[in-house]
Amino acid sequence: MSANESLGLWGVPIAVLASAVRGGTPFLFVSVGECLTEKSGKINLGLEGVLLMGAMSAYAISYRTGSPWAGVAAAGCAGMLLGAIHAWLSQRPKVNDIAVGIAMIVFGSGLAFFLGKPYIQPLAPQLPGIGFANWCGNPSIRSAFKICPLFFLGAAVAFAMQWFFKSTRWGLYIRAVGDKPDAARAMGISVVKVRTLSIMAGSFLAGIGGAYLSLFYPGSWTERISGGQGIMAVALVIFSRWNPVQCLWASLLFGGAQALGPALQGVGVSSYYYLFNASPYILTLLVMIVTCSTKRTLAGAPGALGSGT
Amino acid sequence: MGTHGTSPAELGLQAACRSSLAATNHETKDPGMSDTQSPSVAPVAATNVGPGSRVRRSYRWRGKLEAVAIPTAAIIVSVLLFGIFCAINGANPLAVYASIHKAAFANWYAWQETLVRAAPLMLCALCTAIPIRLGLVIIGNEGALVIGGLCATAAGLAVPHASPLATQIVMAAAGMLCGGLWIMTVGALKHFRGVNETISGLLMNYIAIAILNQMVNGPMRDPSSLNKPSSFPIPDEKMLQPIGNSSIHWGLVYGIVACVLVWFLVHHTTFGFKMRTIGGNIRAARIAGLPVGAVMLIACFIAGAMPGLAGMVEVAAVNGSANESLNAWYGNSGILVAFLARQNALAVIIVSILLGGLLASGGILQRVHHLPDATTLVFQGLVFVVILFSESLYGRWKFFQEKST
Repeated sequence: MSANESLGLWGVPIAVLASAVRGGTPFLFVSVGECLTEKSGKINLGLEGVLLMGAMSAYAISYRTGSPWAGVAAAGCAGMLLGAIHAWLSQRPKVNDIAVGIAMIVFGSGLAFFLGKPYIQPLAPQLPGIGFANWCGNPSIRSAFKICPLFFLGAAVAFAMQWFFKSTRWGLYIRAVGDKPDAARAMGISVVKVRTLSIMAGSFLAGIGGAYLSLFYPGSWTERISGGQGIMAVALVIFSRWNPVQCLWASLLFGGAQALGPALQGVGVSSYYYLFNASPYILTLLVMIVTCSTKRTLAGAPGALGSGT
Repeated sequence: MGTHGTSPAELGLQAACRSSLAATNHETKDPGMSDTQSPSVAPVAATNVGPGSRVRRSYRWRGKLEAVAIPTAAIIVSVLLFGIFCAINGANPLAVYASIHKAAFANWYAWQETLVRAAPLMLCALCTAIPIRLGLVIIGNEGALVIGGLCATAAGLAVPHASPLATQIVMAAAGMLCGGLWIMTVGALKHFRGVNETISGLLMNYIAIAILNQMVNGPMRDPSSLNKPSSFPIPDEKMLQPIGNSSIHWGLVYGIVACVLVWFLVHHTTFGFKMRTIGGNIRAARIAGLPVGAVMLIACFIAGAMPGLAGMVEVAAVNGSANESLNAWYGNSGILVAFLARQNALAVIIVSILLGGLLASGGILQRVHHLPDATTLVFQGLVFVVILFSESLYGRWKFFQEKST
């Protein structure tokens, strides 16, 4: 983290704050996408694979066409394709959606590593950043507060989705399908269609999260780029109680946690570097332990989630 | 836990469940795949079971044939899909198949390479295959392997004056204990806090790898390991020796023995029966007074001990010290093995050998066909997707169904 070199100990909170937005954006897209999917009653663990596939295709297309925004669109479409496979497979009889998710992690990451091999070396055009600290003389602060427009898009999607679930007919359909599929069926809603669309749209968003990884921050395509963020985002949805706006806040929290390891190393606290790097995973686990319960169903949890109906 | 006094009420339940389980195994759904099974399934299945055992006996071979035919067909389909994938990427599929065969099974040397890889796969697959009997989808295999390998190394280094055999026993015990506790944590989080075991297991994989990196870069680091930070090495004479004059080590025997023991545990002991009962219908198991929590924790411990042992084998037979080579995807590939074997511990042996062959051919695909090393991963993904699709085909064809009147 470049912010630390000239700022001393102040670098840690600043880096964490900057990274909340910076590192939180992929979490935001994946968790909002997963929120949409889970509201319809299906779990998509495969978003880890979608994230990698999105990162790879965004980078490749951006490199080929020279336009990072084309890369973002490609990432979304790649995610949607994987989502379509998940949607189709997970709605077959006797097929468990958790297992499909695991398969899609393997398949998506395999495909991304395979197709992305030639793009590890070259430099692709990156997404622009909006400087929010350009008034500041310190160049490292300026670069730390450069925010990608995708973050605002993601935040807008979160608020829009909140409204969508609450106030639109289609939002109601999705909630009905997720809570009481039988009742939805009786209302004449096609459960399969609604779930397929929700899973595909969720995967589209997750793909864009991948594009952010490879085209803005950290801004290159490597095989370790996602590092489990897709899985963490799934946990994050539980933490945010299936509420898109709370997904936004949770993503910011996780983004900040991600920066802890590198930031501490930057100011010379390097003795537990690897463990601090694992802090997002540990935090996710702790959050799950605190929020989950065996006694009651979580408020906001879709009724049919994981029941295979 | 294996032996205990059975109350009369429990015996009654066992008799009832035995028949319903026998039916559900083949007909309604895969017992393991139902995480939160809808409560209606078990009663419905129970009513389907007729009183006559004659019906089930005649049905049995057809069910077994189905259980072999469908996965085989799934593998063939995924091999064909993989061929198409290779063709799209400019490699001749037939040549690729030939290369895989050559690298995996063509001669004794290739077989050795395959079997060396099959050993950790068998052990890792059990980590998914055991808890799934309880309805838990645990995929923390990689983490348990890494932790097992790390603890085994630490234990092996802690007894510098022990004999080779004693060192290996200490290492194996440490690996199994730590791997077991690692996965038991996942089970405990599920049982006591309702934390989704799939997600927590995956997260713990990353935590395990972080702990490994921390240890081999910090307290356990051998200063002479420059490029690849490693722990101090296990002395050569204390390493797990190869069998005869082959390059296959004793890990393969451990793997096969473990699979057979687990198969026996699941299918022929009271404990295994309790596991399957809980996996079939957790509420019924609770009402019958089965110690759900204890069974869950013990099963998870056994499950985690297996990849823990695999980690020990990798250190003591292959790597010689703990370093990032432990994280070689055996754990993650083991998940695929478990699903491909349909959670049957004996089938795990065969599937591990097949997948071990595929992993052994990764190098030749790169050298001869210029396919990236991720090719085997794509193949694994394809197999995984197709095998899950094939789950929906059980019970679809009349030929495989009972013919009773």
